[in-house]
Amino acid sequence: MAEPRDPGLPPPAPPEEPVKAPSEAPLGGPTVFAGVSLRLGGVAVPFAATLLAFIIGGLVVVITGGNPLTAYRAIFEGTGFNWVFPWLDDADRSRAARNLQQTLLVATPLMLTGLAVAFAFRCGLFNIGGQGQYWVGFIAALWIGTNLEGLARPLHVLLGIVAGIVAGAVWGGIAGLLRATVGAHEVITTIMLNWIAIFGGRYLFELGGPLQGAVAALPRSDVVPDGARIWPIWGGNIQPLHAGIFVAFVGLLVYYVILNRTTLGFEVRAVGFNPEAARYSGIPVRRSYFLALAISGAFAGTAGAVDVLGFKFSVDVSDFPGSTVGFTGIAVALLGRNKPVGVLLAALLFASLQVGTSSRQLDPRVFDPALASDLSTMIQALVIFFVGAEVLIFAIWGVRGRLGFRTRPQESPS
Amino acid sequence: MPEPPLLELKGITKRFPGVVANDAVDFDLRRGEVHALLGENGAGKSTLMNVLYGLYRPDEGEISIRGKPVTLHSPNDAIERGIGMVHQHFMLIPVMTVAENIVLASEPTTGGVFFDHRGAERAAGELARSFGFALDPEALVQNITVGQQQRVEIVKALYRRADILILDEPTAVLTPQEADELFAIIGTLKHEGMSIIFISHKLNEVLEIADRITVLRRGKAVDTLHAAGATEESLARLMVGREVLLRVEKKPATPGEHLLQVNDLHVRDERGIERVRGVSFDVRAGEIVGIAGVDGNGQTELIDAITGLLKVVRGTVTVGGVDVTSDGARELFEIGVGHIPQDRQHRGLVLDFSVAENIALHDFRQLPNSRLGWLYPSRLVERARRLIAEFDVRGGAPQTPAGSLSGGNQQKVILAREIDRDPRILIAAQPTRGLDVGAIEFLHRRLVEERDSGRAILLVSLELDEIVSLSDRILVLYEGRVVGEYGPDVSVEELGIAMLGGTGKKAA
Repeated sequence: MAEPRDPGLPPPAPPEEPVKAPSEAPLGGPTVFAGVSLRLGGVAVPFAATLLAFIIGGLVVVITGGNPLTAYRAIFEGTGFNWVFPWLDDADRSRAARNLQQTLLVATPLMLTGLAVAFAFRCGLFNIGGQGQYWVGFIAALWIGTNLEGLARPLHVLLGIVAGIVAGAVWGGIAGLLRATVGAHEVITTIMLNWIAIFGGRYLFELGGPLQGAVAALPRSDVVPDGARIWPIWGGNIQPLHAGIFVAFVGLLVYYVILNRTTLGFEVRAVGFNPEAARYSGIPVRRSYFLALAISGAFAGTAGAVDVLGFKFSVDVSDFPGSTVGFTGIAVALLGRNKPVGVLLAALLFASLQVGTSSRQLDPRVFDPALASDLSTMIQALVIFFVGAEVLIFAIWGVRGRLGFRTRPQESPS
Repeated sequence: MPEPPLLELKGITKRFPGVVANDAVDFDLRRGEVHALLGENGAGKSTLMNVLYGLYRPDEGEISIRGKPVTLHSPNDAIERGIGMVHQHFMLIPVMTVAENIVLASEPTTGGVFFDHRGAERAAGELARSFGFALDPEALVQNITVGQQQRVEIVKALYRRADILILDEPTAVLTPQEADELFAIIGTLKHEGMSIIFISHKLNEVLEIADRITVLRRGKAVDTLHAAGATEESLARLMVGREVLLRVEKKPATPGEHLLQVNDLHVRDERGIERVRGVSFDVRAGEIVGIAGVDGNGQTELIDAITGLLKVVRGTVTVGGVDVTSDGARELFEIGVGHIPQDRQHRGLVLDFSVAENIALHDFRQLPNSRLGWLYPSRLVERARRLIAEFDVRGGAPQTPAGSLSGGNQQKVILAREIDRDPRILIAAQPTRGLDVGAIEFLHRRLVEERDSGRAILLVSLELDEIVSLSDRILVLYEGRVVGEYGPDVSVEELGIAMLGGTGKKAA
């Protein structure tokens, strides 16, 4: 994956660097290469990783006595993407539409939690706290949604989303502040903040908790009234797709614009690539750490707000430990290479796997629903494994030599 | 030739996508000679040696060792045939002892199972002694000097019975004294019948150590000649392909106002050790002040303190009369101090950033690069395009990642960035480290031009030749103090003595 170089310009130095790490350290070169290309993106590896994961998943289907082609076809139909095919009859089409609505519904928060992880990545930080930031955004928006009655719907919805954004930013910002001031590693602090958010949420809504809903016997919140809900845009009464997906699209755009069109993004990227060069240039590195994690948290908080105002409307104490939307965001960012389009596609993929194999969508005659969700989890894991292990993929394909992987000629004069 | 050469490479061609790294290269090595492979960065030296060491398969050409054609599939094939390679970056395990590193991969055992510590230490010690190396087999590699680590690498090759030794830029990591010791070692090895391939881009050392010299340029072997009849000028011409000025031409300085004044500066490094202990000097407009010294005598901390990267413990720094002692890096750039950092890859550039972004690294917050936090990427590109042309940056467009440029062109990007901001003071720390002859010539000429246009230039370098040929005044830094000040006509020898703590006389 050599960087494109301007043709005709003399003299492109020959790829001498790759073999600075020869026999004794056979992985030296490729590891560096992987690191670089992970940050720079690259389209081939994510696609290859996904394909490979599906192939292996197919083998497992064969082993368990199924036919992988019919299984995958069933999963595909479960996602509802067959809705685009013109030859479906009306019944199939409406079923496909329902499935597709669910897929997009699930993809919406994944895009945003994916962006949360990706933004921190671009600053060289690993935000594992997407889950906690999602929950505080969720709770803040839920509070706004279930209180402040009488507000006009657009204002109420907007206020709820803003509350989610702010709450997420605060939650991420705490980790950022700790990193910037005392140097506490964000991996540790964000994990801890996840637990604080989860147990804090349980405390708030449990029986006798300060935010427990009107039904005294149930450990759950009030329900967001119609006047504070995000508008449904596609589908019937049961979990239609809501306009929150546009919020996610705006998030993708905002992510791109902040990173590439603002001085803040310039600083974040400079710090992410090379903190020492940033310091030398007078870029406030610690401020960038703080802001990156706060912005990162804002994305995840948005996901929570959009979920609660869009289709969940309330929360039960038992929901808190179960959600993995923040963690899946890590996978989305990894597979999506921290690029907006990549995050979009990766979120759709993971949402499809989740929805396509859920027992509601899948025909039990084709594939045992219990096995199906296992298959989905397995494919997700394999995708991540192969994205992470791209070195292995390159080794398998023996493209090492052919690519020459001269991504970064070190200067070692030679 | 009565005896066939020990090693012969014939018509070696190695292609990489878009590049011919080696183009029908012929090379041979005779028993008991030192054959230097000379060329600029990217000329194909390392590729050729990697072909010889079995790391690359050549696309064309053949390799014969002791008259027999061979195919090398891996470094193990090369090692079996008596080829040893000492890489520029050592392949040692720091937490293991010298002896353990030497015997690694062919360890002596007792009973075929257990590692024979004693045996390893004895074998390693004896081998080192037989070549006259001072090495403690029991010492941990992380505790010995870089020069000694290099010796461990050499002994490791000898332990594997190498009689062809490839040394890849062996002096790049050494101090001048260590380099002299290495040359003595090479002499001994030669005397013992070893044949050595010495890779370098430094003309003087090649002339000093080699019997024959093969010059590579853009993947082609342009000539093989005897060192006895060669000169630095003739070699430089072969390497670069045109006449090169090795001496810097400059008029006497016409110093103006005192721009940079450093007064009784004390600085501690990050571990709290006082590295700069009461340094005072000033730099005037239109002069180059050079700071000479052995690495680690406070140069880095001095520069970092002046440029706002390290806190000053005591003393003052003023720029044009304004006290900037406690200012940060950004304030100093804004007040007109340009800084070419000594480590261009880790500090000077964000390698994953484009050339355009790197050029904007200090002033992306200002018009016309941005307004109210809104960045104008197209303006960054425009400026980069202009500077690429002005500074002759090759191999890159504005959007090319800086990391894919050669070292010399990376340095040109940094130079362009610093000079384009029109600084009154330019601080250059080891500006030509690791660069090839052509790039060095460009940088030196440009620094003198900047001096003549009225900038105050502070030059820090470990290369005495560079200090002497560029500076109008020379300060010698020793253990954090200025121990001598000299005019431009001081001899390298005299400086060398002062650098080692000998009494420097006040000449200015």
